[in-house]
Amino acid sequence: MNMIVCCKQVLDPEAAPSTFKLDAANNRMVQPPEVKPVINPYDEQAVEAALRIKDTDKAGNKVTIISLGNNLLRDVVKKPLSMGADELILLEDPAFEGGDSYAVASALAAAIKKVGPFDLIFCGRQESEWDDGQVGSGLAELLGIPSVTVAKKVEVQSGGTVKVERVVADGFQVLEVQYPALITVSNELGEARYATLKGIMAASKKQPIVWKPADIGVDKAGAAARKTRVVKLFQPVKEGKCDIISADSPAEAGALLAQKLRENKVI
Amino acid sequence: MADNKGILVVGEVAEGKLLPITAEILGAGRRLADELKEQLSCFLIGAQMGDAGKAAVAAGADKVYVADDAQLKDYENSTYMQVMEKAVAEVAPRIIIMGQTANGRDLAPRLAFKLGVSAVMDCLELAIDQATRLMQCTRAVYGGNAKAIFTSEAVPQIATVRTKASSPLAPDAGRKGDVVPFAVALDASKIKAKVLQMVKEEVAGIKIEDAAAVVAGGRGLGGPEPFSKELADLARILKGAVGASRPPCDNKWVPDSIQVGLTGKIIAPELYIAVGISGSSQHMSGCAGSKCIVAINKDPEANIFKEARFGVVGDWKVVLPAFMAKVKELLQ
Ligand SMILES: Cc1cc2nc3c(=O)[nH]c(=O)nc-3n(C[C@H](O)[C@H](O)[C@H](O)COP(=O)(O)OP(=O)(O)OC[C@H]3O[C@@H](n4cnc5c(N)ncnc54)[C@H](O)[C@@H]3O)c2cc1C
Repeated sequence: MNMIVCCKQVLDPEAAPSTFKLDAANNRMVQPPEVKPVINPYDEQAVEAALRIKDTDKAGNKVTIISLGNNLLRDVVKKPLSMGADELILLEDPAFEGGDSYAVASALAAAIKKVGPFDLIFCGRQESEWDDGQVGSGLAELLGIPSVTVAKKVEVQSGGTVKVERVVADGFQVLEVQYPALITVSNELGEARYATLKGIMAASKKQPIVWKPADIGVDKAGAAARKTRVVKLFQPVKEGKCDIISADSPAEAGALLAQKLRENKVI
Repeated sequence: MADNKGILVVGEVAEGKLLPITAEILGAGRRLADELKEQLSCFLIGAQMGDAGKAAVAAGADKVYVADDAQLKDYENSTYMQVMEKAVAEVAPRIIIMGQTANGRDLAPRLAFKLGVSAVMDCLELAIDQATRLMQCTRAVYGGNAKAIFTSEAVPQIATVRTKASSPLAPDAGRKGDVVPFAVALDASKIKAKVLQMVKEEVAGIKIEDAAAVVAGGRGLGGPEPFSKELADLARILKGAVGASRPPCDNKWVPDSIQVGLTGKIIAPELYIAVGISGSSQHMSGCAGSKCIVAINKDPEANIFKEARFGVVGDWKVVLPAFMAKVKELLQ
């Protein structure tokens, strides 16, 4: 199987909410110096989904990673290589900055056409900055291939199909989809593997391929290729008036809490 | 597409009934349609949808198109896309609204990109800008740490709306509206996937999205037992349901279907009790609409105390039994 995984470098979404700051005048987030960028967690799980397939039949299997952005940190974007992916392509240029899902998916589609034939594309179900969840489905539409979103299990079957378990509100759907196809992966797939020491060594020797907009034949990228516009970005004010119930012991505080809820007609 | 007019809502039906989210987006769509003085149409796609068309009129639609076909029983995007493409060609709407459900979040981007536009996903608020007559969509970004207002000049404008973000109209059985069948000749060669099975993983008792009280546990509970003992007991006493943050689901302590948050269930109970949950922005996205949030956490600095109305700082193993004993006593 020839597989492609799209991975985005993001601000660590597990950082404490108190570290989050905005430059409201410019509709931008301020990168807090204490928060390290990471690969979007769902994208790591997308890499995991591809690697699980690679594990089953090492001979003909290849996993190519594509990351789009600017000033990408090599130790961050190389993580999928150290997990076991084979190749890394960076769409890296200032012109790629400021895009929306349409701009990003269009550039990814152009790059994938340049990469050549593939069987499966994996994306995370959404990235953790704009939480948009459109790039996967949109990319599939631009490439004219089927898509299954929010997958928790992917199995290659004989006869050119994959069996996918797709998470829905009260359970999951089991689908059979013809490939080439695109699948977006959710955390229900299970934890992504850690990088091994051997993997880290191998990754350090690999040089990513870097493509600029002209290399993939797109004349409009990033902000220039947007379909939507941000009118305003703001941080809602939180009133934050928690009544912390204190007593001589935590047990007494627990009992007092029940009383408080009763007085306030909450229970 | 400068002549596009009106609003098209894509509704969802389960067992012959409109989903609550569909009534909510019909309410939102009605308000926008009234402001624009244009029509609100609704598409219902599925099989054996009973009187759902009438219910959609009662919920605010002027015209309901019912695409009822055995092949549309289960959602699958290459099949549903065929209906949607024909729907958009027929109605030529200015705005398309879907729910941010498993289906809406799958269908909206595919449809948008097909039409050469981008959707705005998981919106909290939709409004019309008077000057341009364009829709402006407010949504949460950065896991809920910030909000952003989006707009686009490209028509149709497409948005999905978060569960419980907008209020439905009171159903009015006297409202006038047309319900018409919408036949689509499905092209089998365009169907690329097949639904083999639908596996339900429902938990016994009150559903978390319907419960007036939710007792939720986080990583701080340390394992599955407290969920099936203390939390289940407390939920029973309060006639509510048990919920969880993501780590207990990831660790298989509890089923995935009770995850609360940005990528889990979005709920708004009267009472939400968070035990051993730090209050990440992604978790709070799923419960911030609760009337009263109560937190039990041993870390006084935990973010959950910035979001809660009442809180106790302490080990749940000590706080919870005393709290439960007192609740029982008070409710007897
Ligand atoms: C794109 C994206 C989407 C996400 N979607 C969701 C989502 O839908 N829902 C969700 O929940 N998360 C989601 N997450 C994960 C989220 O970022 C957090 O990792 C998660 O919510 C943390 O869960 P927690 O509070 O249980 O665990 P932690 O943050 O580890 O907190 C555990 C808490 O338990 C307390 N504790 C420990 N022991 C005790 C004790 N004995 N007594 C009392 N308190 C104790 C600790 O003080 C701590 O505050 C998402 C993340 C991303 C990136």
